[in-house]
Amino acid sequence: MEILVCVRRVPDTSENEIALNAEGNDVERDELVYSVNEPDNYAVEEALQIRDRVGGSVTVVTVGSEEDEEILRRELAMGANRAVLISDGAFGGSDGRGIATVLSEFVQKEHYDLILTGVQADDGAAQVGGMLAAMLDYPFASLVNSIAVQDGKLKVSREIEGGNREINEIDLPCVLSIQTGINEPRYVGMRGIRQVASVPIPTLCAGDLDIDERAVGKAAAKVMRIDYFVPALSKGADMLHGSREENAEKILELVAAKGGLK
Amino acid sequence: MVGLFLSSHEHDWLISSRSLFLTIHAVGISLFIYIVGRRLVPLVRAQRDFRFDHPLSRAGRVLKFWLGQWRHPRYRFAGALHIVVFAGFILLAARAFSALIGGVDQKFVMPGISGRVGHRYDVVTDYAATVVFVCMVVAAVRRLVFKPARYSVPAKYGEGHTVDAVFLLALIAILMAADSLLAASHSLQVRPNETLAALSLPWTLQIALTGSSVATISAVGLAAYLTHQLAFYFLLCYRPFGIQFHVETSLFSVYFSKLERGTLKPVRWGVTDDHLDQVTSFGVKTFEDFTWKHILDFYSCADCGRCADNCPANAAGRPLAPRFLTIKARDYAFQHYPVFGKANNSHPLVGGIYSEDEIWSCTTCGACEEECPLLVEYIDKIVDLRRGMIDDGNVPQSLQKPLKALESRGNPYGKMEKKRADWTRVPEFQQTCPVMILDGKRDADTLYFVDSITSYDDRMQSIGRSTARILAGIGKNFGILGASEKDSGHEVRRFGEEMLFVALRDHNTEAIKASGVTRIVTADPHAYNALKHDYKDVPPVEHISQVIAQKVKTGNIQFNPVADDNKVYAYHDPCYLGRHNHVYDDPRTVLDAIPGLKRVEMDRSRDRSFCCGGGGLMLFYEPKEQQRMGVLRVRMAAEAGANVIVTACPFCMVNIEDAIKVAGLDGKMSAIDLTELVDQNIVRESRAEACETATCGG
Repeated sequence: MEILVCVRRVPDTSENEIALNAEGNDVERDELVYSVNEPDNYAVEEALQIRDRVGGSVTVVTVGSEEDEEILRRELAMGANRAVLISDGAFGGSDGRGIATVLSEFVQKEHYDLILTGVQADDGAAQVGGMLAAMLDYPFASLVNSIAVQDGKLKVSREIEGGNREINEIDLPCVLSIQTGINEPRYVGMRGIRQVASVPIPTLCAGDLDIDERAVGKAAAKVMRIDYFVPALSKGADMLHGSREENAEKILELVAAKGGLK
Repeated sequence: MVGLFLSSHEHDWLISSRSLFLTIHAVGISLFIYIVGRRLVPLVRAQRDFRFDHPLSRAGRVLKFWLGQWRHPRYRFAGALHIVVFAGFILLAARAFSALIGGVDQKFVMPGISGRVGHRYDVVTDYAATVVFVCMVVAAVRRLVFKPARYSVPAKYGEGHTVDAVFLLALIAILMAADSLLAASHSLQVRPNETLAALSLPWTLQIALTGSSVATISAVGLAAYLTHQLAFYFLLCYRPFGIQFHVETSLFSVYFSKLERGTLKPVRWGVTDDHLDQVTSFGVKTFEDFTWKHILDFYSCADCGRCADNCPANAAGRPLAPRFLTIKARDYAFQHYPVFGKANNSHPLVGGIYSEDEIWSCTTCGACEEECPLLVEYIDKIVDLRRGMIDDGNVPQSLQKPLKALESRGNPYGKMEKKRADWTRVPEFQQTCPVMILDGKRDADTLYFVDSITSYDDRMQSIGRSTARILAGIGKNFGILGASEKDSGHEVRRFGEEMLFVALRDHNTEAIKASGVTRIVTADPHAYNALKHDYKDVPPVEHISQVIAQKVKTGNIQFNPVADDNKVYAYHDPCYLGRHNHVYDDPRTVLDAIPGLKRVEMDRSRDRSFCCGGGGLMLFYEPKEQQRMGVLRVRMAAEAGANVIVTACPFCMVNIEDAIKVAGLDGKMSAIDLTELVDQNIVRESRAEACETATCGG
């Protein structure tokens, strides 16, 4: 099975307080450390596991800049067969639809049975997967947390409210957005990355993919971020000051009151 | 010694049976050589291991740990029993040899043991055989009736080993009995009027046989000889199939044992760090990835269970017992390298005989290695297995995040580099004790290597500030690396991520060299161990407790008496300060120098200290366990009558403070770092003044 995984490089903001830039529409990115978007990493792992079960190959692709090569290399170290960077100044400022347009042009130039994306980017809006499927006229399933390959079709499941699961059958080729927790992504150490340090990563530009520059980039974007703010800290935790037994009872009460106990 | 069968008239049975004896000798010896040859096959296929250096210190270890049985008395009764049996075996070696040869050449006399010496040797060995025989009975009773807990085999590790153990004890007892009977019958035949060593087993048997006909005594002699010979060769050839193999292998295991504690084996012996990229596979993935010495360890383990008995992971109910790490590997070797049949090798170990959790459960505290009478190594094997798992990408999710953060930010928390020195920027502290950052513009002769947890963890930053105040107070001209310090990589390496460790080490080495310091001080035993053993070409490093102890010994530091009379202190030895680096006395010297400080020792202290739960990446790992090691440790302190646990390691502080809460001892027990205690009690004229004279200000 030929599998394409669309990945993205995102700033790692979990452990550090972030600062806003001067315009107030983005975070100050200079000192941030970037890594591959977590759900995308699960998607790559899933693709590798499917490939190892049924054969085929895994390609990872990202739309970005030279700096994004770092995450493609990490995914190559994980075991992807091939990585492609799509980069062109014309793509700057694209909204979700713009990115989906670029990716759909790329997919049409190649041949893939299965296209995976992460469920959403840490700093994204979970749009690209669905839009890409629509542009390609492929079926789409979102929030996928298990995949089984059966007779040229897939059985995919997703978790629904209350921890229940539903299973859907979907025809190939298709696009799936992958939920974290679907697997346990393998670790990539420095050694792995060094081993793929010299693997060439082709860069494709708008011209290579015959993309109409008017359909992408800032000019074509119909969704624009106009503000970015860090919410003010609200009152913190309620501290319980009783004995252990009293606190345990109080916690039970509170959890029950919030509907956590049935 | 007089040849057993030396007499004026040769026994008729001896002549008629000589060819039978010769055949048994030939078969026994050939079989033994063949079996040992087969047992050596995996060692030949294994990885290299350089153990041929320092012959003198290795010989010294043989004298101490093998001949001297140095570690056996750590378990009094079993140890004493073993020492007696071992001494008996050593004494009886020449007698057994003479007896065996005597069946073929009745004129044989062991060189050096003849005449009066020979007679005395006979008396001594009569007793030796008796004592070994009695020890076998005692050991069997111990196994069958008293059943010490450390010999039991949990169901998940297969069937118990009691039957095998008692079978071996019985074989040795038979050997001793046959030896004694042979001596008794021989004595009656050759020197009927002479009595043997009084009250010995041969003496008893001699009395029993007195009065029997010559033919009977002759027949008994033949039976005793045959039994002795068969038991001897059966034991010899049976030993390589189980725990008794240590009789043959222990000498080599001890001779080739690891000389330096606190160190780790390289990824591959003979491959330098620069050439690591060319190594196709890291660590141990299949059995043949172990080094030959490590496989020898598997053969040498005597299944005494002392390692597991002392293992904190085992005590806390984690799925790890060092004993079974070895036993499972030995079973694997026996099964896949059979004595008869084809070798069937190269199966993955993790997921096969070992579980992932088993391998991640180890805190590398070293309790097992400290205890093993045969110096079997565990940490290097665990780390090698982890290297293999890291290489295969098989790492728990809980560890991937901190590892990634260490790679990108140089600390496991993913905090920004520029905030590494924030612990010095607390207003009250900064005013009284500003800490110099060695950024190339300022000089100091001492570097305080802070490491990640003390730099970033809110609670542990207090240890950093106390350390700085102490260094300033005793007049050290010191500074820190600040943003250019990265994690020492101590646990990174012990969790098997060698390449990341190399990157961290190289970065720090460069920063330390650029700072121009001539010595390093740290309050973190893990950093201490890394800088001391894992780093090369950095200035000498000391733990803060050593620095303070020196000042105590020279009288250059004074302490105020402890304020609270009700406090009873117990010092908890951090693994990487105590066991791995033998710093046991300095922290105690410091504590005892504080007037009025009441100190008690926990049952498990010094080299038997009980790990609090592990440091570094172990804080991120989510072990499967029944209870926390820290909780067990805190209870030990309570049992010792202490209400304050003093430690000298920030990771111990995390684990012990958590454990106090979990154990429900909040308010009854507290923990304090040695530096904090010293900082509270040190006599300084005034802080500002002390600081000024100490030039810690920049």
